[in-house]
Amino acid sequence: MSTAIDRIEQLANQDYKYGFVTDVEADTIPKGLSEDVVRLISAKKEEPEWLLDWRLTAYRLWTSMTEPTWPNVEYDPIDYQAISYYSAPKQKPTLESMDEVDPEIRATFEKLGIPLEEQKMLAGVAVDAVFDSVSVATTFRDKLADLGIIFCSFSEAVREHPELVRKYVGTVVPYSDNFFAALNSAVFSDGSFAYIPKGVKCPMELSTYFRINAASTGQFERTLIVADEGASVSYLEGCTAPMRDENQLHAAVVELVALDDATIKYSTVQNWYPGDKDGKGGIYNFVTKRGTAAGRNSKITWTQVETGSAITWKYPGCILQGDNSVGEFYSVAVTNNRQQADTGTKMVHIGRNTRSTIISKGISAGHGQNTYRGLVRIGKGATDARNYSQCDSLLIGDRCGAHTFPYLEVRNTSSQVEHEASTSKIGEDQIFYCRQRGLSTEDAVNMIVSGFCKEVFRELPMEFAVEAQKLLGVSLEGSVG
Amino acid sequence: MLEITGLCAGVDGKEILRGIDLSVGPGEVHAIMGPNGSGKSTLAGVLAGRPEFDVTSGAIQYQGQDLLEMEPEDRAREGVFLAFQYPVEIPGVNNAYLLKAALNEVRKHRGEQELDAMDFMTLVKKQLGVLQMNADLLNRPVNDGFSGGEKKRNEILQMAVLEPKLAILDETDSGLDIDALKIVSNGVNTLRSPERSTIIVTHYQRLLNYIVPDVVHVLLGGRIVKSGGKDLALELEAKGYSWISGAAAEVRV
Repeated sequence: MSTAIDRIEQLANQDYKYGFVTDVEADTIPKGLSEDVVRLISAKKEEPEWLLDWRLTAYRLWTSMTEPTWPNVEYDPIDYQAISYYSAPKQKPTLESMDEVDPEIRATFEKLGIPLEEQKMLAGVAVDAVFDSVSVATTFRDKLADLGIIFCSFSEAVREHPELVRKYVGTVVPYSDNFFAALNSAVFSDGSFAYIPKGVKCPMELSTYFRINAASTGQFERTLIVADEGASVSYLEGCTAPMRDENQLHAAVVELVALDDATIKYSTVQNWYPGDKDGKGGIYNFVTKRGTAAGRNSKITWTQVETGSAITWKYPGCILQGDNSVGEFYSVAVTNNRQQADTGTKMVHIGRNTRSTIISKGISAGHGQNTYRGLVRIGKGATDARNYSQCDSLLIGDRCGAHTFPYLEVRNTSSQVEHEASTSKIGEDQIFYCRQRGLSTEDAVNMIVSGFCKEVFRELPMEFAVEAQKLLGVSLEGSVG
Repeated sequence: MLEITGLCAGVDGKEILRGIDLSVGPGEVHAIMGPNGSGKSTLAGVLAGRPEFDVTSGAIQYQGQDLLEMEPEDRAREGVFLAFQYPVEIPGVNNAYLLKAALNEVRKHRGEQELDAMDFMTLVKKQLGVLQMNADLLNRPVNDGFSGGEKKRNEILQMAVLEPKLAILDETDSGLDIDALKIVSNGVNTLRSPERSTIIVTHYQRLLNYIVPDVVHVLLGGRIVKSGGKDLALELEAKGYSWISGAAAEVRV
């Protein structure tokens, strides 16, 4: 009679069988990084002089920087000269219909509840003209443009709205911020740009559009979102569908700026290829995300569900500059097999009466290593600042690890900082209890994991929350009958 | 209903049950008494299919099926219910949600339609009324932060909702004060029916003042050494287990 732990091991050790690769016709430049490469990238994108200069300054700084070694992750040294830094993929449909798609991938799509047309796109199947991404994008953009909302690719923003880009780019994450931010600033390929004008509440989640275009985003993405006074926007990044990419290193930068009374909600579901059971292959996801709650009463909320990538290095943070501004961070991070995650947040309180909330849920299975690393800094002027942090870890099996590194720096005596942490394990006794009530092992694990994550899931936009929950189920699904 | 023959079982190679024979008919209430370490909880665990116990020989027929061949969840769906001696805490999982999922697994298995949230709540409220319990436990995480009495009440509520054919109560009286004991016993008595068999595993005779068994068995050293009517429990209480162990030793000689 096999024990529940054995069964959980089986769940944990399943292969990532849902990846897919499409033939890509790409415009690629030779491997290696130099000033010439930076100039070439900028020239290919027909960028203005100021942006080229910015990239070059970033590049020069980068050459003097060293890769951080403090994260609690292990990987072989990256040869930065062995990477091609520009590749404009032209994805072409390679299959005629969904019937040609691997049945297992289709099954996954079904489980995740992804609409058919979107499935086709993700799988590289020719899509109906009606659903062609260009036309959808146009429809959305017309609707948004009526409200004065700008939502386009970063390159397009550089061309069409250079004054906005120039005003805000690098103000939240300067190129000098860290090694990977400098690298990104030098060679970023493309990304998204959104500007919500004064007093406008964006009427739709900026999601569908992005998901459609997500298939062609590069490895050095750069995103900038600005919510002007009194504006609000909810932005969804990523996709629950598994994404495979031949580029191993991903170093994205996301900058958010919220002015007086503005609200930005940024939600991520990340499911990049995690590598095989032994940790071979898999994406290195080294991301710098930060928002400045610059204005009074502004609010920035980060919500992330991280299930993919071989290595995740990511600390979406908030600079709470405006008085009464609010920062929130809700995170679920799953590490399975040989995955490693070192993730958390930074809450920097500068303004008076600023508040931050951190809810982090780490799930470790297989040989996965999950680290929460968070900084709460209360500055001298942050009178009456408040922070609440809660870091919970859930272990599945007995070969994984959970680590917590909370840093608190408090320089104002009127502030109030709370930190709670817990570590628990899905026990054989919990599984057996559920089975004795008639549930399968798989359903029991799903129920316990969902219960563990629910404080984060309820922060996700509705449809996304449902998908995210299913995604966790799929991630932990195995050969259990 | 249940037919156990020559059951030997243990854990980590250590034999605990050394040849159990037990027959429980429909509607019967059997009490299994014995001192600590006699194998009472092992027997309950083997019936429910606890993975850590290894059955080395013997057979268990349940409603004409080979119980030992069935996975724990299949046994549950077929109507075997174990009220745990130590109900397990599952933080984050809503108590009503688990109960609804469990009920729907049972209903699916019986070919009945699954209940939606509304119908489920109606059913639970009805059962709460029957048990004279209130609904305070429903919206809390499963057993998390429950007092000892609340945990046992919750087990009885689950039993009432799942309507098992074979209910096994493992030391349900342990850790209960007299009021909680009355509530729990009242629940069990309410659920007595000609279709439902019950096995009560207990250390003390106390519980049997409230739930009167049809048959009392004394388990000692992994064997049933004596069986009798409800008066056997009283005799045990008065004379202690040593009375039986002495007698059993004589029989063996």
